[in-house]
Amino acid sequence: MTELTSLTLKAALDGLQSKAFSSVELTQAHVEAVEAARALNAFVLETPDKALEMARASDERRARGEGGPLEGAPLGIKDLFCTEGVRSTAGSKIIGEFKPTYESTVTANLWRDGAVMLGKLNMDEFAMGSSNETSAFGPVVNPWRSRGGNAQLTPGGSSGGSAAAVAAELCLGATATDTGGSIRQPAAFTGTVGIKPTYGRCSRWGIVAFASSLDQAGPMARTVEDAAILLSSMSGHDPKDSTSLPVEVPDFASFCGKSVKGLRIGVPKEYRVDNMPPEIDALWEQGIAWLKEAGCEIVDVSLPHTKYALPAYYIVAPAEASSNLARYDGMRYGLRVEGGNLTDTYEKSRAEGFGAEVKRRILIGTYVLSAGYYDAYYLKALKVRRRIADDFDQAWQTCDALLTPTAPSAAFQLGDKSDDPVAMYLNDIFTVTVNLAGLPGMSIPAGLDGQGLPLGLQLIGRALDEGTLFSLGSALEKAADFKAKPQKWW
Amino acid sequence: MAIDAATVRKVARLARIAEPEEKLEPLARELSGILNWIEQLNEVDTDGVEPMTTAVHATLPMRDDVVTDGGDPARVLANAPKSNTNFFVVPKVVE
Repeated sequence: MTELTSLTLKAALDGLQSKAFSSVELTQAHVEAVEAARALNAFVLETPDKALEMARASDERRARGEGGPLEGAPLGIKDLFCTEGVRSTAGSKIIGEFKPTYESTVTANLWRDGAVMLGKLNMDEFAMGSSNETSAFGPVVNPWRSRGGNAQLTPGGSSGGSAAAVAAELCLGATATDTGGSIRQPAAFTGTVGIKPTYGRCSRWGIVAFASSLDQAGPMARTVEDAAILLSSMSGHDPKDSTSLPVEVPDFASFCGKSVKGLRIGVPKEYRVDNMPPEIDALWEQGIAWLKEAGCEIVDVSLPHTKYALPAYYIVAPAEASSNLARYDGMRYGLRVEGGNLTDTYEKSRAEGFGAEVKRRILIGTYVLSAGYYDAYYLKALKVRRRIADDFDQAWQTCDALLTPTAPSAAFQLGDKSDDPVAMYLNDIFTVTVNLAGLPGMSIPAGLDGQGLPLGLQLIGRALDEGTLFSLGSALEKAADFKAKPQKWW
Repeated sequence: MAIDAATVRKVARLARIAEPEEKLEPLARELSGILNWIEQLNEVDTDGVEPMTTAVHATLPMRDDVVTDGGDPARVLANAPKSNTNFFVVPKVVE
């Protein structure tokens, strides 16, 4: 049944509609693919029984002439999304046995639209990481290998399980989240499409919180159109998240294939960083040429505060995380390690439950928020954040979207950067600005490097202008004609 | 700015994370490395800049002040490490 797992989401939905196959058949093929791919460690929990039960219910709805826009489509869910009655761990030991009694709004929207859940996807612990190596369940392995090599590569992070599962054709699409690049960098590393929508487009309710002013959900898929279909279902105002925007959700798929003639594309000079592999520079130039051929006007722009985005992020995100993760105290849910008194119990539970990177970030966050340092670090970072957002506002005076590389390298080997936190943080150098400014950003697979590994280009748009990104993304997709797939070794 | 082992001890205490003595020195070095890298923010002129506290330009919505959820202790307690007759059981706080 490999051919069923190779379908795009759109083709699978068409096949279900025309009764070429049932959701049970489609789901069964994916369940088998998931079971056969355990070497990738992409899933932390497989839910085949639930998947087939949901597929049967979907087939019945279809038989009655009912059904939503994702009717019968099997998807993977990042383990950051709470799923009712199904273990949701955020990749952490501290809630390693947590079974939510509620459903996140984003996943509830997917089930409302008829989707089927295959299981929960591995991720960096609490979404803190760029290589999936901080997961309490061990790292995900990228289905891609360099040409002729057999070294294990990272799928990126934090949504590494989502990226690997989509690239290896274990699901038709997946949910993911992006706080500093956690959708776009893994998409670039695995030859998949990922979009972080505008902050507030998707409800954060029921998504385990990392840094609340930056966290945003989005889809990962194998085509731009598939990502658009998924995002339309995931989005929407939710009274349970006061930062979710009360705006209409467009039919994002309708923007795919639209002419991009006359759109002004900004190329920010500050994204030409030192030590960038020449292949990435060349791909960027190629991307510019493709959009020019499609009728876009190319404009040089400047985002002068770009280099300060990462250091600002590494104050803002840990500060918010230290506050958000204070809830894991071993009292109401999660791991409890008994100590001599209450404080001792807190300290032991958290020491035992959190991994090294999460502790590091909680300590940084606690430090920058502590008396005497708040103004020098936290307040300063919030002001720099404003400067970064202002840079974009300035750029929108002369262009409609920006084109940049997604990541400064292709997928690297597992273990390569795990000893040097700052080197790991630099992975997000091109993606993190967008989170700070709350803007939508999309990564599109655009080519292979000399090792045969995928590289991505990033499109950045104005707030709530995902539609333009889908038009430009599908133009790039068409021009790049990216057909490469990882050679199956798992 | 470099931070020392004593500062790490204090911050870990504030964060309620037990860190063994032998970890304080290596953690101090690691965190100092990160903080030194962060110090480049001081190059940015932020005089008169309003701190950005939210990514959305929207006012928080209001709703009627009515109960919309609750009254379900079994669901609330479902993941509790210890519970007893609709209560969380926690270590003794008051002597």
